[in-house]
Amino acid sequence: MNAFSVLSAVVQRDLLVALRRKSEVLTTLFFFVIVVSLFPLGIGPEMDLLRKIAPGVLWVAALLATMLSLNRLFAADHADGTLEQMALAPVPLGLLVTGKVVAHWLVSGLPLVLIAPLLGLQFDLAPRALTVLMISLLLGTPLLSLIGAIGAALTLGVRGGGVLVSLLTLPLYIPALIFGAGAVEADISGLGAAGHLSLLAALLALAAFFAPWATTAALRIALE
Amino acid sequence: MLTATHLACVRGDRRLFAGLGFTLEAGAWIYLTGENGSGKTSLLRILVGLSPPEAGEILWQGTPITSLGDDYRKAVTYLGHHNALKEELTASENLCMGAALAGIVLEKSEATKMLAEVGLAGREELPVRFLSQGQKRRVALARLLWSKSPLWVLDEPFVALDAAAVLWLAETLAEHLAAGGMAILTSHQEVAIAGSTMQTLRLAA
Repeated sequence: MNAFSVLSAVVQRDLLVALRRKSEVLTTLFFFVIVVSLFPLGIGPEMDLLRKIAPGVLWVAALLATMLSLNRLFAADHADGTLEQMALAPVPLGLLVTGKVVAHWLVSGLPLVLIAPLLGLQFDLAPRALTVLMISLLLGTPLLSLIGAIGAALTLGVRGGGVLVSLLTLPLYIPALIFGAGAVEADISGLGAAGHLSLLAALLALAAFFAPWATTAALRIALE
Repeated sequence: MLTATHLACVRGDRRLFAGLGFTLEAGAWIYLTGENGSGKTSLLRILVGLSPPEAGEILWQGTPITSLGDDYRKAVTYLGHHNALKEELTASENLCMGAALAGIVLEKSEATKMLAEVGLAGREELPVRFLSQGQKRRVALARLLWSKSPLWVLDEPFVALDAAAVLWLAETLAEHLAAGGMAILTSHQEVAIAGSTMQTLRLAA
């Protein structure tokens, strides 16, 4: 059996668990929808202002929604002993961690990407800006999952880990926020989003390489 | 062959044990005993490589386990206090996923057969959260049926099991040992495994 099939087994298992425990998945999505929708309601029909704040609001909401789902990334596996078995599996733990991050993104990142254009309409974003928003979130949300995994692993088994994980990861999310929201803003102001999106993609590539490694190291410490 | 030399373990500022050593030959098993808090679980976790020992070394076939990595992990099957089962998944899904993690492809029909052997016939499609404590333990122990590892490390495997399941586990262990396997287990009850070499290791509190 090769490494890829072990990875897909982990993804499959996590998706199956998420499917049977829908409430947790929907919490993230509804949080995102509600937070984003509160702004147009609170500000009123001032289209110029809404268009201006749209990228920032959508991105900050995506950040917070991801934050909300980070706690369950490793906590359940840690509590029921599955994490021990993963650490003892004859495949690199980094690979299994990657599988878990992929599953986490599919469950809590991808739905945000898909619903974002619909929410963007409330802010009177042009179709082009909505496309850029989707692309920026498509590149950005996996980045959030990857970085979040490090925070989740570091706070595993720590009392009050939920608050701690926010304090640890939110500062690390700043580059993603700047380039993600920046891409949409740049597109709206006619500068072109290519530069921002390239930087976001570069950050994703960097995180895809280093984050599983750092997460693995943190998990091994938590398991000792 | 598993050899441990001069193992020491410190938890907080308490020294649980020091200078501990043993050799486990193929076909033999170690009965690890000691009071609560004497470090049995800590020792098992050190032996499987989950936590590093404070001092000492563990050799598998003459090579330190730290340099063996995945080769050693392939040789060990560990069952800890926790059953490592996902409550939302069915017994058969849990068994197949556990095997997949170890790189073993388990067909559903095989999983059903194994679950029947541990006395869970007809319950393989039930989410594990509906099973009793003892039944969950049986699902966890069913992994021994697909395990190809020569070394089994079992932490309190008999907990929550009824008489029939205890008997089944003792028979399974006897077969494993007869085939040249090794086992280390902790238990607070007397264990009899037919036709095997037993070493008793007592940890003093």
